[in-house]
Amino acid sequence: MSTETLGPGTAPPTMEVVGMRKRFGVLVALDDVSLALTPGSFHAILGENGAGKSTLVKCLMGYHRPDAGRIFVDGRERVVANPREAHALGLGMVYQHFTLVPSMTAAENLLLGLPDLSPILRWNEARARIDAFMRQMPFRIDLDRPASTLAAGEKQKLEIFKQLFLGSRILILDEPTTVLTPDEADQILGVMRDMTRQERLTVVIITHKFREVLEFAQEVTVLRAGRRVGGGPVRDLGRDDLVRMMIGSTALAEPAPRLPTPQRAPLLELRGLVARNDRGVGAIRGASLTVHEGEIVGVAGVSGNGQRELVEVLAGQRALESGEIRIHGVVYSGTRLDRLRHRVSILTEEPLRNACVRSMSVEENLAFCNFDQPANTILGRFVSRRAIRDQARDLIDRFRIRTQSPAARLDTLSGGNVQRLVLARELSGDVAILIAQNPCAGLDFAATAEIRGRIMSARNAGATVLLISEDLDEILELADRIVVMFEGRIVYETPRDRADVHVIGHAMASHV
Amino acid sequence: MQAPTELGWWGVPIAVVGGTIRVSTPYLFVSLGETLTEKGGRINLGLEGTLVMGAMSAYATAYATGSPWLGVLVAGTVGALLGLLHGLACNLPRVNDIAVGIALFLLGTGLAFYLGKPYIEPVAPQLPSLALGAWSAYPQIRAALEINPLFFIGVALAPLMRWGLGNTRCGLIVRTVGDNADAARTLGYSVERVRALGTMAGGFLAGIGGSFLSLYYPGTWNEGLSSGQGLMAVTLVIFARWNPVACFYVSLLFGGATALGPALQSVGITANYYLYGAAPYALTLALLIWSSSTKHALVGAPSELTISK
Repeated sequence: MSTETLGPGTAPPTMEVVGMRKRFGVLVALDDVSLALTPGSFHAILGENGAGKSTLVKCLMGYHRPDAGRIFVDGRERVVANPREAHALGLGMVYQHFTLVPSMTAAENLLLGLPDLSPILRWNEARARIDAFMRQMPFRIDLDRPASTLAAGEKQKLEIFKQLFLGSRILILDEPTTVLTPDEADQILGVMRDMTRQERLTVVIITHKFREVLEFAQEVTVLRAGRRVGGGPVRDLGRDDLVRMMIGSTALAEPAPRLPTPQRAPLLELRGLVARNDRGVGAIRGASLTVHEGEIVGVAGVSGNGQRELVEVLAGQRALESGEIRIHGVVYSGTRLDRLRHRVSILTEEPLRNACVRSMSVEENLAFCNFDQPANTILGRFVSRRAIRDQARDLIDRFRIRTQSPAARLDTLSGGNVQRLVLARELSGDVAILIAQNPCAGLDFAATAEIRGRIMSARNAGATVLLISEDLDEILELADRIVVMFEGRIVYETPRDRADVHVIGHAMASHV
Repeated sequence: MQAPTELGWWGVPIAVVGGTIRVSTPYLFVSLGETLTEKGGRINLGLEGTLVMGAMSAYATAYATGSPWLGVLVAGTVGALLGLLHGLACNLPRVNDIAVGIALFLLGTGLAFYLGKPYIEPVAPQLPSLALGAWSAYPQIRAALEINPLFFIGVALAPLMRWGLGNTRCGLIVRTVGDNADAARTLGYSVERVRALGTMAGGFLAGIGGSFLSLYYPGTWNEGLSSGQGLMAVTLVIFARWNPVACFYVSLLFGGATALGPALQSVGITANYYLYGAAPYALTLALLIWSSSTKHALVGAPSELTISK
C-alpha cells in the first residue's frame, strides 16, 4: 500500500455500524448503538464523560472487541480485530493525548507510520513524498522541528496530516479541541469541514461541546449512558434539543448568584515567580499577579504553559527559583503551617493522583488537613479515630459523597466522588483563599454545576479564589477578573465585564 | 636504547593518552550498549555483572580454545543472554527494571566468580594489538600507541549507532518505543519485544567490553578485574545525553581520569597514588550530582525511562 493509491482524490468509503454492544464487567458501556457514515459527512458523537463515546470508536478502531454488533465498509461486513486492520480499511484516529514521539522531528513522525518503511530510510525520497502531499493540504507544518517543540495546535495538525498521509479516509478525532485555543479550534474544524465538503474525507468528532456540533457538524449522534438517545441532521436540531438529549432528566444545580463585592485590599500577591518543571526546564518565567479579597481570578491558558507548576508552587510541592508569594503582605512558602495560618485550600487537578492516598480510607483522606488539630486529637498527641469518623460522616452527608462507608478504601470511589471528597475536605472549613485547578475536569453536567456553585458560594462567603482552568467557559462563568498565562507568564488581564473570548483566545496563543 | 626518563615530564601526557585509549574501551562498549537499551526505554543496571561475566567467559574460552577472538564472541553472546534475561524479566507485569538490574548485577558477578575460580591461575592467549607507534624511537610513544582493534571497532560503532538511530527503520522503532510506548503500540509494534531485543543488544556490547578487560587490559582474570566500570558507564550515558558519539568522548574522559594515577606512577610519582586512583569515582560522583540536579534539564532523556517519569 502506498499513499499514491490512496491519494487525496480517492473518495472515502461508506461505513455502517449496527447494534454495537460492549460491557466491562457489570458496566454496560455500549448498548445497541448504530451509526451510519456517508462519504464526505462531518459526524459528531456528542455525550458526557462516560456516555460511551470513546468505547464506540475504540470498537471501530479495533482496540476493543465488541460483544455484539457488525461493521460494514462499502457494504461489505468486516471484522476489525486490531488498529492495523482498521487502518487498512481507511480508518484513522487522532487521539486526545497525542501519539507523536516527542523527540522526533515532524518528518520522522510522519515516516514512522508508513507500512512500507525500508530498513534503511531513503530520506530524500520520503521527503519528496511528504512535500508533495503537504502541497495539497490547506495548512503547513515545519517538518524539521521536534514534535515536542510544536504548539498544541500544530501537533494536532501534524496528527491529522499523518493520518491523511498514511491513507486514512475516515478520520476520527477524539475531543480534538480540548488543548486548543478557540482560534486554533475553529481553524482546524474549519479545515476538516472544507475537506468533507470536497468529499475527500469523512470526519467523526467526539465532543461534549454543543458549539462545535452546531457550527461544524452535519450530523450528530447523541449518547447517554451507553445508549443512542437521539441524533440526525444538525440543521434540524437546536442547542436545547442537544442539551435535553445529552443530560436527560437530570436536574442541574442552579448557578449560584454572584453577590457584588466592594473593592477590597490585595490579599494574595505573586511577585516575579520563576520555577522549573520536572525536566529542569523553566516553566514559570516571571509570573506576577495580585488577587484581591473576595474575588475570583480566573487564569486561562492552554495546558502546559506553567499552570501545573504554579499550583505546585502554591501548594508547597515545588521550589521557587526566585520571586515570592505574599499573603496579607507576609511571605508565604507553602508549608503546612503557612496553609493553616492563612487558611489556604487547594484543589489540585487529578485529585486522585495529587491530593489523595488511594490505599487509605475515605475518612482518613478527609482528615488530611486537620487530623492533628485539637478537634481530632486526644491529649493533643493522638489521633482520635472517632472524631475523624464523625467528621467523615458529616462531610459525606453534606457533600453527598457516594461511598460504601467512611472506612472504604479511597480507590473504590468514582472519579466524581473523589473530586467531591477533596472539595469537601478543602471547602468545609473556614476558607480564606481557595486555589482550584481544573476543578470540573472529567465530571458530568450535574457534578460540574454543583462544584461551580460551591466555588461561587465560597467566594460569596468572602473567600478569595484563584481559579486555574483550561476550560475557558468555566473561567468566563466564574471569574470576576480574567488573566491569561502563556509560557510561564501572565500576559493579559481583563475584568469580567469587558472580557472578549477572541481577545482572550489570542492572548492564549500569545498574539497579544 | 633510550632511557625511559628521556622524555621527562612529557612522559605523563603520553602515558595518559595511551592509558586513556586502553581504559576507555570497556567504558565505550558498555556505554554504547546502555545507550541502545535506554533509547528503548529501559535501564539495565546489571551491566556491571554482564561486564564481569563477559570477562570471565572470554578468558575461559580463550584459554580452552586458544583463540582470543572466539573469547570475544562468547563474551558477547553471554552478555546478550544476560540482557535477554533482563529484558524478559522486565516484560512481566509490575517488574521494575532498576530492581532487576541490581539483581542481575549481583547474579553476574557472583556467577563469574564462581565459574571463574579455575581460571585465575592459567594464562590465556591475549588479543593482539596494532603497533601504530612503530615509527617512533621512544618506547613510551610505542607503548602508548599499541592499540587494540576493539578500540577502533568501538570508535566506528559510535557514529554508526548515531546514524542508525536516525536513518534506519530499526532505529526509528527503538526511539519510538523509548519515547512514547503508546504511539509504538498504536503503530502495531510490540514494545516488550523491542525492549527485550534492545537490552539483549546492549548486553552483547557490554559482554565484549568485559572481554577487553580480561584479554587485553589489564589482561588477566581475577575477581578484582572490574572496579565498577559497568556502573560508571550508566552514569556516563546520562552525561552523554543518550548520544552515542558523545559516549565516545565521555568514555575518553573517564579513561583519562583512570589513567592518570598509573601515568604519574610511570614517571616515578607514587605519592597520592590511591588518591589519583579515586579520580574516576570522584568524576562519576560529580557528574551524577551535576546531571541529576533539578537545575539541569534532562533534555534528550527517552521519556519512557523510569528516571524521567
